[in-house]
Amino acid sequence: MIALLARDLRLAIRAGGGFGLGLAFFLIVVTLVPFGVGPQGEILARIASGILWLGALLACLLSLDRIFALDFEDGSLDLLATAPIPLEAVVTIKALAHWITTGLPLVLAAPLFAVLLHLPGPAYLWLEVSLLLGTPALSVLGTFGAALTVGLKRGGLLLSLLVLPLYVPTLIFGAELVRRGAEGMAIEVPLTMLAGITAATVALVPFASAAAIRVNLR
Amino acid sequence: MTLLAVENLTVSRGGLAVLEGVSFSLAAGHALVLRGPNGIGKTTLLRTLAGLQPALAGRISMPPETMAYAAHADGLKATLTVRENLQFWAAIYATDTVEAALDRMNLRALEHRAAMSLSAGQKRRLGLARLLVTGRPVWVLDEPTVSLDAASVALFAEAVRAHLAVGGAALMATHIDLGLAEAEVLDLGPFKARPPEAGGHRGAFDHDFDGAFL
Repeated sequence: MIALLARDLRLAIRAGGGFGLGLAFFLIVVTLVPFGVGPQGEILARIASGILWLGALLACLLSLDRIFALDFEDGSLDLLATAPIPLEAVVTIKALAHWITTGLPLVLAAPLFAVLLHLPGPAYLWLEVSLLLGTPALSVLGTFGAALTVGLKRGGLLLSLLVLPLYVPTLIFGAELVRRGAEGMAIEVPLTMLAGITAATVALVPFASAAAIRVNLR
Repeated sequence: MTLLAVENLTVSRGGLAVLEGVSFSLAAGHALVLRGPNGIGKTTLLRTLAGLQPALAGRISMPPETMAYAAHADGLKATLTVRENLQFWAAIYATDTVEAALDRMNLRALEHRAAMSLSAGQKRRLGLARLLVTGRPVWVLDEPTVSLDAASVALFAEAVRAHLAVGGAALMATHIDLGLAEAEVLDLGPFKARPPEAGGHRGAFDHDFDGAFL
């Protein structure tokens, strides 16, 4: 399983692997917002948490269709399905690789980008905490959409339509956690909800994704 | 020792039965070549045996963890080198036979080349080298010799022969003569599924599908 993780990470950083694409997209979204909304610091500060979370969500979505599609095209998905590791483990490892190449860079870069949006000082800690807790759920939920659309030509748009509604709870509680953190309010409820959603997603969704892949391989 | 036994197997493609009543067994040290015209269901049969799709009827008995499957596509990663591709599969199957596989399929000179810069025949050789690193006794091969030249076909036949000599077995769907004198041949023509009107399986609709709506 470590071999699979190492292979996926190696593929991501080699030519055409798409490493850093999500991060660049995130940067551009965050940079464009002040152009659209105007440079008033107080307005930007109020919407910063929502924009940052929305940007992270879209950046994550950008690379989802590659999770299984590339392996399907060159036939390795068939071979992985007949290999001695369970498909559920394959899905989990692929979600982890996707998070390391997409989610983790977002978590690390978010404080820099938050400066562009005048995020209030106390919110930085909670921005980091919310992204760290929330982005793994985005990757794992993404494997489900990717598994459902794996055999389809141009399944990317359908994938977005399937996956974005599933991201709603994470988005709500993630952005709410940052907002409450910024205003110095109690953060226990969004924090536990966000952590709970991620824990449940990581525990349950790989089984659904593996089942969807099995159906699609028939 | 029988490694793979198939009894009265019916396989379907796209919800329609394509082959029915297929029975054969494969013992250690033996090779079986499946023959039949295009579309008869060779690939479907092999995918069913590999566990990628369920059988409509019949039984497949095989000890667990014995089979290595090679499909039409080789499952190579274009940006990884020949050696990295093999090392990945060796790690997945927990074996350490990469060096032997490189030598046997004559890939030693290419080991540091990226898979995308290989020719079609060289890619195929790498795909077949993957079988050697799985360490599994039963090889299930779908058209293994596509795009191989005569020398590489001989190389492959030699690899199969060596595999049989150490107690392995091979099941192959192929149109060409591999020069494996010891291989038995199974013609799939007689197992072609009858149409439903003639009493054959109705594929996914076998279980009184219409009745569910009445």
